[in-house]
Formats: sequence, structure tokens, C-alpha cells
Amino acid sequence: MSTQKDYHDIPGTYVFDAEQSRKGYHLNMFCMSLRSAENREAFLSDEAGYLDNWPMTAEQRQTVLKREWNEMLKLGGNVYYTAKLAATDKLTFQELAALMTGMGREEYRDMMINGGRSIEGNRSKSEWT
Amino acid sequence: MARIVAGAGMSHVPAIGVAMDTGITGDDYWSPLFAGFEKSREWIKEVNPDAVIVVYNDHATAFSLEIIPTFALGCAAEYAIADEGWGPRPVPAVKGHPELAWHMAQSIILDEFDLTLVNKMEVDHGLTVPLSLMFGQPEEWPCPVIPLCVNVVQYPPPTGNRCYNLGKAIRRAVESFDKDMKVVILGTGGMSHQLQSERAGLINAEFDNAFLDMMATDPEKAASMPHVEYLREAGSEGVELVMWHVMRGAIDKDAREVHRHYHVPASNTAVGHIILENTTA
Repeated sequence: MSTQKDYHDIPGTYVFDAEQSRKGYHLNMFCMSLRSAENREAFLSDEAGYLDNWPMTAEQRQTVLKREWNEMLKLGGNVYYTAKLAATDKLTFQELAALMTGMGREEYRDMMINGGRSIEGNRSKSEWT
Repeated sequence: MARIVAGAGMSHVPAIGVAMDTGITGDDYWSPLFAGFEKSREWIKEVNPDAVIVVYNDHATAFSLEIIPTFALGCAAEYAIADEGWGPRPVPAVKGHPELAWHMAQSIILDEFDLTLVNKMEVDHGLTVPLSLMFGQPEEWPCPVIPLCVNVVQYPPPTGNRCYNLGKAIRRAVESFDKDMKVVILGTGGMSHQLQSERAGLINAEFDNAFLDMMATDPEKAASMPHVEYLREAGSEGVELVMWHVMRGAIDKDAREVHRHYHVPASNTAVGHIILENTTA
């Protein structure tokens, strides 16, 4: 069975495949720990210290501290995990999505109310150049 | 003999649960979405199922990257409501049906689907939002629930065809259970949405409506769609739609459509819904 990455041509998208999952294991498991209110509090009171418990790369650690949401995904984060970090910051999923697109919250919300981002022009990386 | 009398597909967007929990379903943003479920609530009250099977995905809640089961069947007597980062939803705990679930587990495994069996599991919005959409806000859920988790977070999810055939095995399992029971199966997730990176907010109404049409009339064609088509056309999280095929495989190929609803948006997502009834039962 071919495991060719036929999805790599999709623009603005990180598919959470085996390669991403291997890279992002500790980053995602850190995010997973934020499911408990106690851990959310501990993290917010000492972010750097809390992160010492997860052997992620220095680069991944920086993306967490700086809340670089797209970089997190590029380095192996999965959005269902990074959303737990966003929840810790009291962001809704829609606010997180808006941040990742670089749009303002209002602008993003209006785009959704008006039917969302069109598929036209957004199927292939060749359309984004 | 137990039988599956109907199936329904529906989105399970967390914001739908928040809207219900905070009492804002009547506002301008939410009311068109909920209007499309009024008929569904009357319908399921009329059907009055003895159990519902909910096919959904766990969103890094009960399962993390430590263990990633492709198909996990809940056999527990009760499932606690999970804290997904925003605190647990204020909805009743979910009661299971261990006797039917364990029967299904045995039947489905001997039918060559190698399930993971789960005796303890917190359930997230993937399961509770469909219950809220169908049953509203009761003090207790009106019937036992059998959760079937499908991995769609770690790529690759099972193929559409595998899901469709699992649905058929679920039907054989239910129909070999020696108790007179009416069962409804819900396939949840989707429709088009992308929650991540620069393409977040993608909606493809044309794709979604074509998918609903195929659910109604050509489920085998729908089940043959490759993952890359969902990812490209319906967004990276739109691949959740594979779970609808489990539901679709568990009912008649020529099941009768009794209701359909489509609305954009709920937060980042297109909401689709279809109810299909067996005519042979």
C-alpha cells in the first residue's frame, strides 16, 4: 500500500501524519497535560519551569512560550492538542483559528458568517504563489 | 431480535454545545442552525430508541498520542463528561449498555474487525453535542448510549470503505442480539471545516451538499472517496466525514430520507444533518 503524501500540495495545511506525529510527540503531550485545571494553573504561574517536564526541542519550546500557533503545527503540533494551550489562554477555537490565518477576530468571524473561506483558489499550492 | 431502525448523520461542533449550555440558541447567529433540528427531536421522540450507537471521534481527550485505537467500542456502564480545557459541559453523565456493547464486541471481532474495547472513558463534545442536538437538555439522557470512537486525528483515519463495512458488521451484531430492542445509529463529525493554519475557515458547500446527496442515494460511491479529496475539498478536519460511512453501512442501502438540514456557520464549521430510516424493519 502506497503511503505517498498526495496531500502535500494542499496550501496552508499541515496534515498530522506519521512524520509530524513523531516530531511533535512531546509538544502534544505537554498540551495534553493542560486538560486538568490544576495543570493549567501551574503552567500559567511558571511557563518555563513547567515546560522543563517535557523533553521537546528548544524550537518547539519557543513556539509555546511565544504562542506561535502555526509554527507549533509546523514542528509537529496537532491543532486538537494546541487548542488546549489556547483554552489555557481563554481563547475560543474560533479565536485560535483567526490567529492562525493572520486575520483579525472580527474579520474572521465575518468571513465565516458570509459562508467561510471559498475552496476556489485554495486547492493547490500552485494557486497561492 | 434487536434491530437498527434508522441512522442519522450530523456535525458535532463544540460551539453548538456551548450555545446550548449558555442559553443563546435563540439568537440571530444560532437560531437558524437549531431550527433544523426541531424536526429531528420530534422524530427521535417518536422513534423512542432503546439505545443509540454514537460513532464519533475523541479529540485528544480520552485518548492521547500514547494509545491511538483506530476503532474503540465503549462497553462501560457509564461515561463521565470530559474537561476539554474549558471545563466539563454541564450535561448528564452518559449511561452505557454493557450487555449489548459486549455482545457487539464479540460479534464484530469474530466478523474480523479488530476492535479496541474500552471500559473506562471520558467522553468529549464529539459524543455529547450529537446527544444534545437530538435530545435537547433533559435531566437524564433518555436511553443508553454505545460510543464507537474512530481515530481521525492521527493521519491516516480508516478508509471510507472500511468504515462502511464496519457499519455492516455493526448491523449484523445488533441483529444477532437476543433482545427486542430498537437501535438508532448516529454518524457524527464534519462537514467541511479546517481549524488549522492559514487555510482555516475553509467551507465547501458544494462538496457538502453532494456528500449529503450521496448519503441519501449512493452510499457506496461516497464510501469510495479517497482521504486526499476530503482533505483538499472539505478541509483538514473535514476528513471526520468518514465516520458517517459507519452509520450508513449499518442501515439499508435504499434507506428512506426523512429529514435534511445544512447551515453555515457554527463557529468554524459547516453543519450538515440527515436522517435515514430503514424501510425493511
